[in-house]
Amino acid sequence: MKLLLVGEVRDGRITTETAELFGFAARLKAEVSMALVGNVGEFPAFSGRLYRANGGNEYDATFHKRLVLDAVERERPDAVVFLHSSLGWDIAPRVAFAMQAAQVSGVVGLDDGGYVVESCNGKMRRTVRPLTSRAVLTIQPGAFAPVATEGTPELIAIEAEPDSAIEFLGCIQPERGIDLTRAGVIVSAGRGLGSADRVELVRALADALGGEVGASRPVVDAGWLERARQVGSSGQSVSPSLYVACGISGAIQHLAGMKGSGFVLAVNTDRDAPITSVADVLAVADLAEFLPALTAAIRTRR
Amino acid sequence: MNILVCIKQVPDMEGKFVPNEAGSWFDEAGLAWKMNEYDAFAVEEAVRLKEQLGGGARVTALSIGPARAVETIRKALAMGCDDGVHIDDPDAPQRDPWQIASMIAGFAAGRGFDLIFTGMQSEDRGSAQVGVLVAEQLGLSSVTGITAFEWLDGSMTVESELEGGRKYRLRLKPPVLLTCQPGLNTPRYPTLPNIMKSKRAALAVLSQESVSLDSPKVLSANFRPHEPNAAGVILEGDVDTLASQVLDLLEAKGFISTQGGVR
Ligand SMILES: Cc1cc2nc3c(=O)[nH]c(=O)nc-3n(C[C@H](O)[C@H](O)[C@H](O)COP(=O)(O)OP(=O)(O)OC[C@H]3O[C@@H](n4cnc5c(N)ncnc54)[C@H](O)[C@@H]3O)c2cc1C
Repeated sequence: MKLLLVGEVRDGRITTETAELFGFAARLKAEVSMALVGNVGEFPAFSGRLYRANGGNEYDATFHKRLVLDAVERERPDAVVFLHSSLGWDIAPRVAFAMQAAQVSGVVGLDDGGYVVESCNGKMRRTVRPLTSRAVLTIQPGAFAPVATEGTPELIAIEAEPDSAIEFLGCIQPERGIDLTRAGVIVSAGRGLGSADRVELVRALADALGGEVGASRPVVDAGWLERARQVGSSGQSVSPSLYVACGISGAIQHLAGMKGSGFVLAVNTDRDAPITSVADVLAVADLAEFLPALTAAIRTRR
Repeated sequence: MNILVCIKQVPDMEGKFVPNEAGSWFDEAGLAWKMNEYDAFAVEEAVRLKEQLGGGARVTALSIGPARAVETIRKALAMGCDDGVHIDDPDAPQRDPWQIASMIAGFAAGRGFDLIFTGMQSEDRGSAQVGVLVAEQLGLSSVTGITAFEWLDGSMTVESELEGGRKYRLRLKPPVLLTCQPGLNTPRYPTLPNIMKSKRAALAVLSQESVSLDSPKVLSANFRPHEPNAAGVILEGDVDTLASQVLDLLEAKGFISTQGGVR
């Protein structure tokens, strides 16, 4: 099997997730080549061809697409593999369309020649099999362990015309101010709270446990808590020794930000919620009743 | 300004999912239905743009699905869309993103849409492919995962979200397709008069046969629950017992410090 991996560059460096593409390839015992856009001084160590282009806008989907298609033309891979990231879900369908190839999004595992993906916000899984001879895949960050690779790639420069239809105005950095990455205990509020006033229940438990308050994205989008408290792929990545998820279903983008936690307590009315894939304890309960009861119990026992 | 919004009806994710007989997808029995969350942001943004532009804009809401999808189209009308189009296709839930995109593009081709809004993905399939595939098929520029949209003098400025909360700011001109991400806006609750009006609105119903349909590119099988943490414990019961059980566990793990008193 031959794979063309699409690596990612951020702030002039190859992203750490790029190593997961090699991890995926190793699982398939595949021969690899790579395509990469961006100005980098260092390249991943592997033996194979590395197609790269300098220039183009930092954001230029058409430019990325042309680079990858050019590499596809020369390599004739069985599959083109992206990360399921903002770059991957943006470019992969463009490449799949040009190749008239099947795309499988968010691969988390392998199953008898097919690819395992999540469905229903992470509650279910299914196996997807491409019906075309070549496929485009996006693999879920965190699903395939990175592997250490060695060798020196053969660099092949590719020229591609930038796309003038979209004007790049710049990159906006997120507001920070609250650093959850060093917190030992985080109690996070999810949409299951139902209303803004219940944030107080979460805050009270966080106080009793001596921890910080975190949030899932809908809670932040609704303005119940500051954006800087968002945990997940588009928020902060945290690794407390105790993480309490209150009314959080456990979508993969949330899990991406808290999987590194030591002990996970989930409070949820749905015993099948996907948070059970990482929870050490799930208390099946209505948080409106359970959180005050737990907070009171902690205060009494101390 | 001619605007198209593509919407999908999905089950409430808190429902109980049971595989269908073929194991390819879920059985629909007992599920409650609603507008895909990501699409609600698309509808809201389209309606806001129409309001900003005054009389010169029209918004068409399109959904492909079985008969039940009509409810979701009416919801989009109640939120302010002008026209509802239903591509009546009982097999839609089984179709892959490529096929759905071929149907949308087949409908949109030649209808002169300046702007197409879709959700960035659906809650049930989560493939994040349909929007971009439609754009590619129609030869339009597209931007995925927008969290801001501003229209000024014939061009638009959008923000496209990256990992860690970073965003690209981009400027572009119609015709384009944009896929919408939560955070873009707060979808409105339709007013009662608008709900009543939407119930009486005539929808354009097209049969699946009347729009183009490509053959599938993937096969789906072995639909099953996710795997829970094998070492995880599930506790149920009355809240006070639960609270003391959980407290015991937390204490055993050393998370309840007796020092420093109550904070
Ligand atoms: C590109 C992208 C990036 C994203 N980035 C992030 C991110 O960084 N962080 C993030 O969190 N999400 C992110 N998301 C969104 C993510 O997919 C989910 O939509 C989100 O995490 C869901 O939040 P939630 O669990 O709070 O809400 P829901 O999924 O709505 O879950 C609510 C939960 O509460 C439970 N519940 C309801 N009522 C009660 C009650 N009374 N008592 C107890 N439990 C109750 C329900 O059973 C359910 O499990 C991203 C999505 C995309 C597409």
